[in-house]
Amino acid sequence: MSFLSIKGAVKQFGGLRAVDGVSFTLKKGEIVGLLGPNGSGKTTLINLVSGALPATAGEIRLNGQRLTGLRRDRIARAGVARTFQLVRILPSLSLIENVKITAVFGHNAHWGRAAERVAREALEMVGLSDRAEAQAGDLTYIDQKRLELARALAAEPEILLLDEWLAGLNPTELSEGIDLIRKLHQGGLTILMVEHIIDAVRALCPRVVVMNSGQLIADEATDAALSDPSVITAYLGGEVDA
Amino acid sequence: MIRILLPLIGLALLTVLPNYISDYGLGLLIGAATYVTLASAWALFSGQTHYISLATVAFYGTGAYTVAVLNEALPYPAVLACAALIGGAMALVVGLSTLRLQGVYFVIFSFGLAELTRQLITWYEVNVTGTLGRYIFLDITTRQIYWQMLALGAATLALTAWINRSRLGLALRVIGDDETVAAHSGINLARTKLIAFVLSAMILTLAGAITSPRYVYVEPAIVFNPTVSFLTVIMALLGGANRLWGPALGAVPLFLAFEYLSSNFPDTYPIFLGLLFIGVVFLVPNGLLAKLETLTARKAPQTKEART
Amino acid sequence: MLMTTLILGLVLGGTYALLALGLTLQYGIARIMNLAYGELTLAAAFLVVAFFQGAGLSPLLSLPAIALAGYGAGWLLYQVMMRPLVARSGGSGRLEVDSILATFGLLFLIQGVLLVSFGADFTSISYLDRGVSVLGVSVALNRLIAFGICILAGTALVTALRTTSWGLRMRAVALTPGSAPLVGIDVNRVARQGFALGSALAAIGGASVSMYQTFSATDGVVFTMKALVIVIMGGVGNVPGALAAGFALGLLETFVATAIDPGLTLAATFAIFLAVLLWRPQGLFGARS
Repeated sequence: MSFLSIKGAVKQFGGLRAVDGVSFTLKKGEIVGLLGPNGSGKTTLINLVSGALPATAGEIRLNGQRLTGLRRDRIARAGVARTFQLVRILPSLSLIENVKITAVFGHNAHWGRAAERVAREALEMVGLSDRAEAQAGDLTYIDQKRLELARALAAEPEILLLDEWLAGLNPTELSEGIDLIRKLHQGGLTILMVEHIIDAVRALCPRVVVMNSGQLIADEATDAALSDPSVITAYLGGEVDA
Repeated sequence: MIRILLPLIGLALLTVLPNYISDYGLGLLIGAATYVTLASAWALFSGQTHYISLATVAFYGTGAYTVAVLNEALPYPAVLACAALIGGAMALVVGLSTLRLQGVYFVIFSFGLAELTRQLITWYEVNVTGTLGRYIFLDITTRQIYWQMLALGAATLALTAWINRSRLGLALRVIGDDETVAAHSGINLARTKLIAFVLSAMILTLAGAITSPRYVYVEPAIVFNPTVSFLTVIMALLGGANRLWGPALGAVPLFLAFEYLSSNFPDTYPIFLGLLFIGVVFLVPNGLLAKLETLTARKAPQTKEART
Repeated sequence: MLMTTLILGLVLGGTYALLALGLTLQYGIARIMNLAYGELTLAAAFLVVAFFQGAGLSPLLSLPAIALAGYGAGWLLYQVMMRPLVARSGGSGRLEVDSILATFGLLFLIQGVLLVSFGADFTSISYLDRGVSVLGVSVALNRLIAFGICILAGTALVTALRTTSWGLRMRAVALTPGSAPLVGIDVNRVARQGFALGSALAAIGGASVSMYQTFSATDGVVFTMKALVIVIMGGVGNVPGALAAGFALGLLETFVATAIDPGLTLAATFAIFLAVLLWRPQGLFGARS
């Protein structure tokens, strides 16, 4: 039944275990929040799933296919799309080209008109289709974030990894962003999102997994997790009663 | 339509041009055609990916040397084919060992590659074959050399135009902007860079092979002249290394300027070359074509940018 | 025979280590890949010779002035040429390409000036050219002095980087230029100092080269190449690594030149370089991923 399965994932940097034996699974079409204080290993875990970093131990599978050990581009073609904590766009390419690349090289490898159509739909989805020919380098921050999401969508991924995609948005943009992600989820996309904005997590994710110091400390319904004493302690620091 | 027709007319004119000019003029024409080819072939890889290769003459010299070694053993077309294959194989080895690393390692390696090849060939010739320097006696006229180079240059431009529209071209441009994004979008970084580098190197090697009969006498110190690498880079950059016609645009005037300078001011020539590099980096970092485009775009802000 | 190779190799390695140290400071701290590095070295060597032949000034006496001039030249170069490129790149990968091309231009510029001022001939001076016996091997005194200078300058730098707060700031910028400002470090200032200090080391290296080696105005590229290879062997930004790799390369070259063929020293350098790139791209002595 599990669609994405992470089993005993470990990432060791020298003496530091940034991810220390994390296991959980996602069902197809599920949207799950990945929470935890700064430095708890969330982004590292995202990097393990997307292949940006090789795992020290453990196994990650998508739809039965083993992802661990594969190169980044192979993982992308297997259907994993991601955004980056610090937004990354291709400044010298136009918007439509920025988005087209995942349609061309990603999961379904379209070319010609099909790639163009997929890219346009993705731009449409994030509300940038009227500026398709503009240079990406000229965009505002929020539009760069939109563009990055469109690029991930044009891959027509099996699973979308969002690394604090909502961070840095103003309240209006935030509610637009939440609506957008909800729409994607309702369209059947499986989403794992690292997020610090608790309201957004409440609004979007029925279930969360929580990390602290590289380990999984909770995997439960969002409301339960957010009132879980161990989660609260992790967020407030270990010495609450000291 | 006009995009295809104009170059074809130009090519036809260039083909018949030798009938109307002096031998000296033909020599200049060959030089210009050679540098247009070198700069365009260089840009085929380095222009899009921003991996600055300083190894042009390593391939060019290898091409010339291949002809010097094989010209009496094999028919001419087979010699050319061998040259291209050897250049491709060299690029494959260099690329496999350096292209998976950061760009700077590649730059450094390419920086020394020509010198390394020169030393190895010199050592081999002196110690194994016992002769340094070889003669090339081929029944090829100056005009034939010109036509061959013209054909190679035209083929290079056509190949670049085709690549720019292909998946490979898109992948190369993405790599030039951000390799991390490229990899996470499904682009096989190593393979993409390797294909472009090997293609580019094969053309560079062929260019060396084609011009080699002009040297008549070939020895490593002559055909591995590092200035060829540096001129190629600055020509492509001046015109605009990520444009189809940019390298050609930079190559012709700079070739003529350097011909003039090296014969009239041989001592101050490096100073001029240095100032040119610095000037390009500070004043036209994206090349003259891009500069021209921004200037015209400012006048007519609505015109859609043509990207060829 | 083996002892001779060993001692001569170590002496040569001392100069290489010093040169690589300067380059690794420039790349590690200022993030500038300086392809004109060897030309700075040569310029210093030519100046020492000019002082010696023109004014009878002993190289050892002109050395401090040369080192200061190197610092000043580096400071000025960073301020005038590199700083605008750093500002323009805004932290993107653009800086690497720009700095390579700009310093490449600088390479020709300095080379041209050297050619015009000193000509294309090989230059050397005879200074303290008598043999001294070291462990039974006769080594020219000038080589020993050059070696001493390199050891002194190298040790002083390593100690300063390890123990002083100035060294701590340098290392902080080398490790994380992005977060150094958060703890109140002026990255631009530190980068400028790093670049200037690197140039000063290049100048000291050049001065010591001039004491015992024959050189010409077009040799700069070879110095740059070797320094680059050493930097990569040692691990970029790794100061003790650069020192160790410098000695290793000096030994290797002397060995290849005496045992195989002097014409293959560069090939040997490159073979090592290739091996490092293939098996340990982070450097023989580096552990950074």
